[in-house]
Amino acid sequence: MKRRHFLSLCSGVALSPLLARAQLTIEISGAGNNRIPIAIGAFDGETALPQKVSDVIRADLERCGLFRLVDASNLPPASNAPPDWASWKTRGADALVTGAATRLSDGRFDVSYRLYDVVKQAGPTGSIYTIVPDSARRAAHIIANAIYEKLIGEPGAFATRIAYIRKTGSQYALMVADADGYNPVTALRSPEPLISPAWSPDGTRIAYVSFFAKKPILHVFELATGRISVLANFKGSNSAPAWAPDGRKLAIVLTKDGSSQLYQINADGSGVRRLTTSSGIDTEPGFSTDGRWLYFTSDRGGGPQIYRIPADGNGDAQRMTFEGDYNVSSRISPDNKTLAYISRNNGRFQLTVMDMASQQTQVLTDTAKDESPSFAPNGRLILYATEVGEQGVLSVVSIDGATKYRLSQQASDVREPAWGPLVR
Amino acid sequence: MKFALPLAVLTALSLAACSSAPTQEPGTIDRTASPPTAVAPAPKPVAEAPKPKVNPYDPKFLKDPASLLSKRSVYFDYNSDVVQLDYFPALEQHSKYLKANKTAKMLIQGNTDERGSSEYNLALGQKRADAVKKTITLLGVPDAQIETVSLGKEKPKNPGHDEAAWAENRRADILYNGEY
Repeated sequence: MKRRHFLSLCSGVALSPLLARAQLTIEISGAGNNRIPIAIGAFDGETALPQKVSDVIRADLERCGLFRLVDASNLPPASNAPPDWASWKTRGADALVTGAATRLSDGRFDVSYRLYDVVKQAGPTGSIYTIVPDSARRAAHIIANAIYEKLIGEPGAFATRIAYIRKTGSQYALMVADADGYNPVTALRSPEPLISPAWSPDGTRIAYVSFFAKKPILHVFELATGRISVLANFKGSNSAPAWAPDGRKLAIVLTKDGSSQLYQINADGSGVRRLTTSSGIDTEPGFSTDGRWLYFTSDRGGGPQIYRIPADGNGDAQRMTFEGDYNVSSRISPDNKTLAYISRNNGRFQLTVMDMASQQTQVLTDTAKDESPSFAPNGRLILYATEVGEQGVLSVVSIDGATKYRLSQQASDVREPAWGPLVR
Repeated sequence: MKFALPLAVLTALSLAACSSAPTQEPGTIDRTASPPTAVAPAPKPVAEAPKPKVNPYDPKFLKDPASLLSKRSVYFDYNSDVVQLDYFPALEQHSKYLKANKTAKMLIQGNTDERGSSEYNLALGQKRADAVKKTITLLGVPDAQIETVSLGKEKPKNPGHDEAAWAENRRADILYNGEY
C-alpha cells in the first residue's frame, strides 16, 4: 500500500531559524535484549538532499531505546525485487528499511521508504512523501515515526518539538527546537529571566513566566504569529503554568491571597478560581492526560513532597511520595503509570521515577542537579535539565533508565525544557 | 595597597560593605564581608545648645549606615522561611519608618539559593518575603504599604556554587519606592 503525502512545511515560529547544530551523544547501557534489531540502508539518491534521510532515521530509532541497529552496508539498491531474506537473517536483522529520494522537475523531492519484516519474510509497507529539500530532516522524523508505529504499535514522537530557555551572558531566550535538538529557533528574547515554558496541547502556544517586570508574570506566546499576551499579572508572584488537556484552561500558581497556591484560569486570562487552600507552598501543577488529576508539589507535610487532587479542586489531596525529604517537579506519564520527579538524595538532585501500581522508585541518573522532567508524548522518554561542568544541558533518558542521550549546544546554558505534544 | 585612597573614601567603602553584609548568617561557615565594627556613631545632639530634635525616620536615614534603616537584607537557613531574632531590631525600625511615612511603599524581594527546582524556589522566596512582611506588619503597619514578590533562584546576588554563595543568596531584600 502506498500513500502519497505532502508535508506541510509550516515551521510554526515566524522567525529565522538559527543554523546552530546540536551535538548528540547517545549512551546505551544494559544488554538490550528487548531491542528490535533493524537494518536501515542508505536511501538511493539521498546525497542530493541537504541531510541524509537514513542517518536521521537511524539516530531517531537508536535513541529511543527500543531498537538495535544492524549493519546495512553493501545493501543492494531498492527495487521491486524482494530482499535476500537469508542474508538479512544472517546479519541478525528482524526488520529492514530501504528507501529512495528522487528529484522532481520543480526542485522538490519524492522521498519513499519500504519496511520489510525479515522474520515473517513479509512486506514491504511504506509511503512516498513529496518535500522541499530543506525539510529532509522532518521527512526523516516522519518516516521514523511510521516505522516505530508499525513495529512498536504506538505513535512515535520523533517529529515533535521541544521548548527550553537558553541563557547567553545576561540574555535569556525562549527556544523551540526539534525533539532531537536540531533546528533551534529563538522564539523570544528577554534581558530578565524566563522560566517554566509549557506547551498548549495543540502545540500552537507556549505559556511561560517572565521576570521582565522585576517580578514573575505569566504570559502566553503564540508560535505562528509571535504574539505575546499576559495570562496572569496579579499582586505577588504568578508562575508554574500547566495546560489542561482541553487547552481551554490552565492550572497556575498565584500568591495574591497569601502563600503560593494552585489556581485555575482560562487561557484568555479570565475566570480565576482557587483550587488549593493550604497554609504552605502548593506549586508545580501538572495535569494527567485524562484531565482527572492535578499532580503538584506541596510542603504541607513539612518538606516538599508530591501530592495530587482532583483537577477541579474538589476533593482531598493524596500524598504520592514518601521516600526522602525533598521531592519536587513531578510529571505523570501519558498512560498514568509512571510518576517522574526530582528527588534529593544525599544532597544530589536526581531524576526519579515511581511505578504508580507498585510504588517502586528508581533513580534514573547519576548527575546531581537534575531539574524539570518532561515526558515525550508517547511516554517512552523523559527530557530533563541537568548540569555538566557548571553549564546547563538538556538530557533524555528512557523510562527504564537504559538509554540516555544529551542534547548539547556549544557555549550556551540551557534549562527548563518542555517536550511538546504530538501534533497530527 | 596599590592606590592611596583618602581616608574618607576608605571609611565610606567599609561602611558600604557593612550595610550590605549580613548582620547574622546562621549556619554560615565562610564570611568574607568585614564585620560591622567601624560603624560611625549616630549623630547626637550636643548638650550645650538646644537644637531641633532629629527625626530618626527621615528618609535621609534609609541609606545612612549608622541607622538600622540601612539594614535591608534578612538571611535564611536552607529551605527555611524563619526570620531569626537578630533581625527584629532592624525590622522594627522599618516598621516605625512606614508608620512615620504613610506614603512610603516597601517592596520585599525573596530569594533562594540555586539548589532545587525553579518553581519550588520561587514559592520559597515568596514565603521568605512574606515572613519578613509579617514581622513588620505585626508591629502595626497597614498591609497596603508592603508588597512581596519572589525572584526565586533566578537573580543570585552571588553567582558562586558553594556554601558561602548559597548563604548570601538565601535572602529577602527590603526596597523602598524609588529604589525598584
